[in-house]
Amino acid sequence: MTLLQVEGLDCRYGLLQAVRGVSIEVANGETVALIGANGAGKSTLLRALAGAHRPHAGRVLFDGRDITSMPAHRRVSLGIALVPEGRRLFPSLTVEENLRVSASRKGRWSVQSVLDLFPMLQPRRHMVAANLSGGEQQAVAIGRALMSNPRLLLLDEVSLGLAPVVVDAVYRSLADILREGTTVILVEQDLGRALKVAGRVICMLEGRIVLEGAAASLDRDRVVGAYFGLKRPA
Amino acid sequence: MTIVNAVLQGIFLGAFYAVLACGLSVMFGVMRIINLAHGDIAVLGAYAVFVIVQSTGMSPFVAFVVALPLMIVLGYVLQLTILERSLKSGILIPLLATFGLSIVIQNLLLLRFSPDVRSLGGDAGAVTTSSWQVTSGLSVSALGIVILLVALVVFGALQVFLSRTRTGWMMRATAEDADAAELVGIDSRGVYARATALAVAIAALGGLFLAIRSVFDPLSGPTQLIFAFEAVVIGGMGSLWGTLVGGLALGVAQTVGAQINPEYSALAGHLLFLAVLIVRYGGVRVALRTAR
Amino acid sequence: MRVLRWTNTSKVFTGTALAIAALLATVPLVFETDVVQKLTNLLILVLLAVMWNALAGYGGLLSIGQQAFIGIGAYGTVFFAGLGVSPYLAMLLATLVAGLISVPISLFALRLRAAQFAIGMWVIAEAISILVRLDQNLGAGTGISLIQLNQYAPNFRQAYTFWLALAFAIIFLSALFVLLRSPLGVSLQAIRDDEDAARSLGVRVAGRKRLLFVLAGFGCGAAGVLIGANTLFIEPGSIFSVQWTAYMIFMVLVGGLGTFEGPILGAILLFAIQTTFTQGGPWYLVGLGATAALFALVLPRGIWGTIEERLGLQLLPVGYRVVEMKGEERTA
Repeated sequence: MTLLQVEGLDCRYGLLQAVRGVSIEVANGETVALIGANGAGKSTLLRALAGAHRPHAGRVLFDGRDITSMPAHRRVSLGIALVPEGRRLFPSLTVEENLRVSASRKGRWSVQSVLDLFPMLQPRRHMVAANLSGGEQQAVAIGRALMSNPRLLLLDEVSLGLAPVVVDAVYRSLADILREGTTVILVEQDLGRALKVAGRVICMLEGRIVLEGAAASLDRDRVVGAYFGLKRPA
Repeated sequence: MTIVNAVLQGIFLGAFYAVLACGLSVMFGVMRIINLAHGDIAVLGAYAVFVIVQSTGMSPFVAFVVALPLMIVLGYVLQLTILERSLKSGILIPLLATFGLSIVIQNLLLLRFSPDVRSLGGDAGAVTTSSWQVTSGLSVSALGIVILLVALVVFGALQVFLSRTRTGWMMRATAEDADAAELVGIDSRGVYARATALAVAIAALGGLFLAIRSVFDPLSGPTQLIFAFEAVVIGGMGSLWGTLVGGLALGVAQTVGAQINPEYSALAGHLLFLAVLIVRYGGVRVALRTAR
Repeated sequence: MRVLRWTNTSKVFTGTALAIAALLATVPLVFETDVVQKLTNLLILVLLAVMWNALAGYGGLLSIGQQAFIGIGAYGTVFFAGLGVSPYLAMLLATLVAGLISVPISLFALRLRAAQFAIGMWVIAEAISILVRLDQNLGAGTGISLIQLNQYAPNFRQAYTFWLALAFAIIFLSALFVLLRSPLGVSLQAIRDDEDAARSLGVRVAGRKRLLFVLAGFGCGAAGVLIGANTLFIEPGSIFSVQWTAYMIFMVLVGGLGTFEGPILGAILLFAIQTTFTQGGPWYLVGLGATAALFALVLPRGIWGTIEERLGLQLLPVGYRVVEMKGEERTA
């Protein structure tokens, strides 16, 4: 069953076109990895899906419903949550306040279950977010998105700026989330991790989709070629 | 003894300034806007209470409770019509738009009410006139105590609101990162509207106190704005309790200045304000460095 | 492709502007004294609008306290005339003083952020106003007359004042014009567009802003001098009133913030409104305030700014224009 449908999406920053004519279909329960070089338009696409960026043209349909002009905070109540690039926690609020300030929907995730998922946060429950380490902040950022029990979880570069050991821990927790059956689109710089965790891979270059397919069926060379834009059409 | 009394009276005056400044501080804290019509909104509140008192004979304090819902609605309207638009347009536009609004409010008040000064001190009853002679040189007025207590309650309640309630966290979250707040389901428009309504309500409270402890007329707004802003800056912009401290400091500066010469009262406050600006931001350190 | 400073339109218009200035010089010879007084007012408004725009439009500095310099100019004249200096010389001295006072003020004022600068300047104006009010020699709270001007017959006095106003207007407009055409002017544009980027390219932002601030100090001081000379009686309540800022904001916002021609248009508009609604009073001010707020929210570029943008028009050659030559091909 199709959960998300994107049709001919066009996103701009002033005169700069960041996303050009992107069309995607994501089925319920899928895990899709969005890869591409910096500036390919991945973050912009995720932000447009979350409602933080108004598209110039095109449509976004969620569960069959046109949400193209719906503001971000209302999409959260529909079940779309974005973990933004750079974590973006509220610095003066504690871990618990960061979690509880998010809109909540009925479901498996609550403050306690999020703290169970990220046990290192338990003792830091009342610690101000600004004083957390990078990995802890990433955990809170993911937890914050989980609080709304999303049907579609969007993750933007969760490994950015974190030590590999920490990233491993984050991805282990991610595995628990994926097991629940949440639909996930994640942007990931690390090709290896992306191919390992995702069922489907979409590669973007200069705002367009240049490669799409099941992770298992794509070989590394093809992906790298699309990633860097080798063998570009004339 | 007179200096001690001056300081004491300054604290009472400062508590009034703190209430006046509180709303300005809230709006700045949440939206980074300085509302140049803030003083005029306080005066508008004073007139609202005045009208209710004139037509019903209620005590001004009761009349304030009646006027409060109206002021809150005004706050919402203000945010949704003027302030929201100016939020997206940079730093200068909100200042320019609220300046224009200030002129409009002053002159509409002038048209509806005459330029005559008015006061609600008489209608407030015994609280305005009672005072206690603590010692031969120190007197404490009932009104002063009331305003001081109310100021402490207002700031305290705000502190609790911001640190313990979810709505308060939402306000702080939106203030720190409106974009991320939207992404976790917080309606930033609603938060801003609530912040403005809160600011306007507290400003109206300031207007009530202005009307009772002193006189007011349609053009009193700008003076209140200047004092409110001075209090916010002296205490440190962006700090809630700083605004309380700033208000008290301003009050004390004015009363101590008045000891030297009654006409120096406001000037003393201005000089304190400018001195704080110079020390905090000014080129004094740079000038000293380059002079070497 | 060529980069031009002068287009045909701007050549024609600049020539016309110079002709108008020459024509204006004959006004006192042609018109009655009260008309000359009104036109002096127009020149004062033009000066104020252009100066406020220099600060806000070109420098990004929103000051609600320029009335400080207006007051210094007016009271400075009274002060020097009281010392026995010839009245018109006193006026020049007062203008000088206003400009010089702006220098130490700029040392700390320019380090302030937007709202603090805006209200900080206002507080400075209030403080100076209080100091003047306390001085008995300057008439204290009730005000003082420029009696020394009585030595001239009214029509001569009005003529001299008009010519002084015209001279000031031309001087300050020319100074701003030259400033904007110089490399200084381009860097000001850069500062306005993106201050941090400009600074990283080596543009000395602080110095540029200081230049504008001091120019506006001189200019508003000159305006104050003229206001005193035109009305003969000044009192602290009105000369230091924030109302002057209200007028300046209206003229610049409606005329066109950040354009050269805009403030002049705004001044002419305000003058027209003032002469039509001679009653003045609250309704008139409600209109001014509401219009200014409306322009700020809906049409921030003002009338002239919008025209300039839509039509690509430029009457005075302050910027650069890139012109494609006929037959040139546009490369991708």
